[in-house]
Amino acid sequence: MTDEQAPPPPAVPADPPPPDARTRIRLDTPLADGEWHRLHPATPLLRGGLFLIALLGYVISQARQQLAELFIGGHHKDEGDPITFVTSDGRLPIALGVIAIVLILLIGIFYLSWRVHEFRITDELVEVKQGVLRRTERKGRLDRIQGVNIVRPFFARFFGAARLEIDVAGHDANVRLDYLSSANADALRRDILRLASGVRAREQAEAAAGMPPGFDKLNQQLQPAQQVQRGFIEQRVSDFTAPELDPSIAAAESVVKIHTGRLLGSLILHDTTLTFVIVLVAAGVASSINGQPFAFVIILPFLFGIASFLFRRFTKSLRYSIAATPDGVRVGFGILTLSNETLPPGRIHSIQVRQPVLWRIFGWWEIKVNRASKSNAKGADGQRNTTILPVGNRDDVQRVLGLLLPGLAAEDAAETLRLGLTGTKGAGGYTTSPLRAAWVRVLSWRRNGYARLPGIILLREGAIWRRFTIVPEARVQSLGLTQGPLYRLLRLAHLHIHTVNGPIRAELGAVDRDVALAFFSDVSISVTHSVGSDTTHRWRSGEAST
Amino acid sequence: MSDRLELPGITWRRVSPKYVVVDVVGTLVFTIAAVVVTSIPAFFSHVTWLWIIPAVVLVVLLLVVAFIPRRVRSIGYQLREDDLLFRRGLLFQRFVSVPYGRMQLVDINRGPISRILGLSDLRFVTAASSSGVAIPGLAVADAEELRDRLVELAESRRVGL
Repeated sequence: MTDEQAPPPPAVPADPPPPDARTRIRLDTPLADGEWHRLHPATPLLRGGLFLIALLGYVISQARQQLAELFIGGHHKDEGDPITFVTSDGRLPIALGVIAIVLILLIGIFYLSWRVHEFRITDELVEVKQGVLRRTERKGRLDRIQGVNIVRPFFARFFGAARLEIDVAGHDANVRLDYLSSANADALRRDILRLASGVRAREQAEAAAGMPPGFDKLNQQLQPAQQVQRGFIEQRVSDFTAPELDPSIAAAESVVKIHTGRLLGSLILHDTTLTFVIVLVAAGVASSINGQPFAFVIILPFLFGIASFLFRRFTKSLRYSIAATPDGVRVGFGILTLSNETLPPGRIHSIQVRQPVLWRIFGWWEIKVNRASKSNAKGADGQRNTTILPVGNRDDVQRVLGLLLPGLAAEDAAETLRLGLTGTKGAGGYTTSPLRAAWVRVLSWRRNGYARLPGIILLREGAIWRRFTIVPEARVQSLGLTQGPLYRLLRLAHLHIHTVNGPIRAELGAVDRDVALAFFSDVSISVTHSVGSDTTHRWRSGEAST
Repeated sequence: MSDRLELPGITWRRVSPKYVVVDVVGTLVFTIAAVVVTSIPAFFSHVTWLWIIPAVVLVVLLLVVAFIPRRVRSIGYQLREDDLLFRRGLLFQRFVSVPYGRMQLVDINRGPISRILGLSDLRFVTAASSSGVAIPGLAVADAEELRDRLVELAESRRVGL
């Protein structure tokens, strides 16, 4: 259990870590000291765990008859059965020998792969080496971290292990540390984020002056060593029963609570469910007309897809929590497999608040984001984690938006947000489409519009399916302005705000031509300024100078 | 055409007029291929009115070819102090503004016909795939000079993602 906490330095013999390694910045674990470390000893078992379980399941299913005979008695000789074949005629010793050899081989391979699987975290990058025959090495730059994700798969939780994934910008560019011990994973994430935040100089000054007492106490609570002193069983049990966010770490409580009732309601009233019902009814009508249940057969895969989508969404949203930490927003969810992710400031490229049509009855909304990392970080649902708030009312939305973009937490922004969600016309600083835009935005032309807060662009769309898109100027990649023949006839133009790819496309159609040109000119200037003054890639480096 | 989009106070740098040749040749090759493919049903079925399809395709594509010179003239770019401006399109106009700091890489491509005419295509890539800034038909020396200038500008304004 304690292997990673007291790493044997095999590659670097008789070379204790330099004393300054710990003093340069205060760290909670010895894992981020720039030396090579190994992972949790159960790692190979957990990574190959599924295969072993499948194998075991197969053997048991084959042996069930023999087991039944053993306990109940009776004789059913089945010549084709492999277990019967093995247990009869004195072949048992041979079979056991084969099993022993396979086991020894497996353990040997496991041990070897564990030995060579190492990682290190320096001030600049995180690095992982692995593989016996095929060596792979992966490095990620700390200032390009897009998020740090801790996943505790159900199986791994029995071993008190957790997977730490560090998302770096780019397609599938995450660095995975699987597996670490649960307690270490949390502490290491704090260390990584602290190293990445550029807070170094400030911490150094504090270390010289002596830590504030509160901080020291907090740190003591977090000492993994204390946890080890507890019994193994007790620790495992507490791992399972502990709230998903360690209360001593998450200083702030989750700002949103999703009741199971609301979650279920939101799924029942979701657009996908609506499609599901419509398709089902259509199939029913079609098959009753021609008297054949043929239509059901055709739509079956479709229905399957929708059902699994809804189920994934449900499991993913259970025990959902979102809270602010010094190093960004933390989002957690899951019951069997726990997942929680920390998004450092400035890693969210655009935000969209949207309302499926039936959610209007209760005033519910969901929030999605675009992020630079296309990690295939499997949450409980095996999908990219782009939904930040699965369902919430307007107050929840406002609180979450305040967490995601501090500029939106301001008092005067509240009104702009409120109008962005439900407002129409020009109130609250919104510039909306002219009447002639009704040709292309029949119902929504009164609502279709944009507003600007300092450093933030807000786009409001849709009368029936309401959408509200928020883009921080510092994350804008480029600006586009287009016009086709129909728009030219109507003196309109289409605005595009290009951000990294994701579920959200930040664009606004049917804008008055002159307004759009002015927007394009103004925003291209202010984007350049916001981009130039942005320091979020080392988000706490600004504090160092104070 | 006063309703066309036009940004005030910008003198656009245009691409080489020779690019018309590249575009015309490319479109003609496509035209021939499209006409041949759409003729297949009429040719094999001996239904006369099916010849309407390739005829329409031919007329539309010849119209496209006829407008190529004006379309090429509509392509323009401008290096402003902090961003690159780009425009293209006649019927469907498109303007893009990219801050230099957003540059991830600059590509220079040369097709076979472009190479004969001494032209290059330059592509400016950002982290957003929808930016789509591609300046075709630059003289080889110009393209390389522009690339070096863009890299230099991006270097001096380096930012995070």
